[in-house]
Amino acid sequence: MSATVASRELPFARWLALTTTGFVAFFGVWWAVAMSGLVLPQFLPTPLAVLEKFVSLTQAPFVGYTLQRHLASSFGRFALGFGLAVAIGVPLGLLMGWFRTLDAVVTPLFDALRFVAPIAWVPFAALWFGTGIGGPVLIIFSGAFPPCLINAYRGARYVEPRFLEAAQTLGASHWQIITEVLLPASVPSIVAGLRIGAGLGWQSLVGAELIVASSGIGYLLVKGQASISTAIVMSGMIAIGIVGFAIDALLRRVERQINRRRGL
Amino acid sequence: MARSHERRPVWVGVVTFVALATAWYALTTLTHTIGSGRFPSPAETWDALRQITLTGYADARLAEHVLHSVKLVLLGFAAAAIVGVPLGLAMGASRAFEAFVNPAFLLIRPIPPLAWIPLAIVWLGLGDAAKVLIIWFAAFVPALINSYSGVRAIEPYLIEASRMLGVQRTMYAREVMIPGALPMIFTGLRLSLQACWTTLVAGELIGAIAGLGHVLYQASLDIFPAMIVVGMAAVAITGAVMTMALGWVERRAMPWRRG
Repeated sequence: MSATVASRELPFARWLALTTTGFVAFFGVWWAVAMSGLVLPQFLPTPLAVLEKFVSLTQAPFVGYTLQRHLASSFGRFALGFGLAVAIGVPLGLLMGWFRTLDAVVTPLFDALRFVAPIAWVPFAALWFGTGIGGPVLIIFSGAFPPCLINAYRGARYVEPRFLEAAQTLGASHWQIITEVLLPASVPSIVAGLRIGAGLGWQSLVGAELIVASSGIGYLLVKGQASISTAIVMSGMIAIGIVGFAIDALLRRVERQINRRRGL
Repeated sequence: MARSHERRPVWVGVVTFVALATAWYALTTLTHTIGSGRFPSPAETWDALRQITLTGYADARLAEHVLHSVKLVLLGFAAAAIVGVPLGLAMGASRAFEAFVNPAFLLIRPIPPLAWIPLAIVWLGLGDAAKVLIIWFAAFVPALINSYSGVRAIEPYLIEASRMLGVQRTMYAREVMIPGALPMIFTGLRLSLQACWTTLVAGELIGAIAGLGHVLYQASLDIFPAMIVVGMAAVAITGAVMTMALGWVERRAMPWRRG
């Protein structure tokens, strides 16, 4: 009887059958709606048409560049904004974890600013930087910075007090405590923060490019929208999904390796 | 957090804000180091705030813009919670259902909510329907994932005990599964709400006729930095208030977790 409460592992064959059915159902429903004639192909192309568009975008330029070039320019901005967020957020978080005064000064400011959604910086990004690279970088930074800082800070605050006491007893300087005790002890927390930050940064980038950019994957989406081509918009969404997924998978791997090396 | 026993001195924070406000006033009003085309002075910001609350800006007063945005967020959020939470619970409760739904979910999940905006505009235009759709997408994924994880995180001994006692499905769901998953469900809803708010502001920045994002857009077109600051502050405060309200609901829904 199936009324028992707990769920058990499925046999592999059954799992495979259900998963395949799930895939087929997803694309089947999409395809059926697209072919039914209820919706114009302009608004809902078939999965195959989207795939064709995706391939053709990688060969023929759309709004100036091919899909790869758009992605490359997006990724360059992402790397810059995320790199800045890490380079400032992680050291600042560690310092705040060690120096109480700095913590007391920065935390209220940070808490106040954190409630401003990254995307709300767009008007200032446009005002200060025009359509240059600075605008998207500022927005990615504001998306990726908080998790970098918070996780470095928490990592530093949760270090076992006896390590700190031991280091202090042995006469370690502030610099030594930060670089040789706090930093290594916080690495797992920092890496987790980087993963969250990278995800938020990538999302913010897409948002920024929808509004202030003249190249990049978000720009491709907007132009696809303007020419009412759902196939282009969907191709762009797929590319965004793939890159976002790849960034996350990469950092997840780094995280796992670090944790394994530490025997966690 | 671990620092509850060792509180940060409040006065340092107050001093920081006072110092910052002084610096703001000095740099913009006294020395004009920062031109008013780049960042507004306190007086300009105050005037912009008065203008939008009293006479209105971008076709409406501040309260109307806020209400418009909040209404859309709550609508999309509620729709996403109504679909996402039960779906997540069902996926957590049944491996077969999970195996069936997971493929579609895996395909949709890596696409950030903001990337749905152009599609929503193509499909539904610049009106409120498109906004509700993207808010729904923003909230759906975290609501579902956390409900699912909440069910999976229920202690096995609770499941075994209820099985031993011969508890049937509906009772198990009502007495064990839902209360057990509730903390995670609320974590998901909190994340959902934040995602909703960000997404809505982005959606309104890209194309809208009212709302706080529209205020930001209009201010940036008019090169009106003071109004941008007012808009950003309104976005931040409204978001914070909504998050706090959800926290209040959370404490109400789980009285056993208090203290």
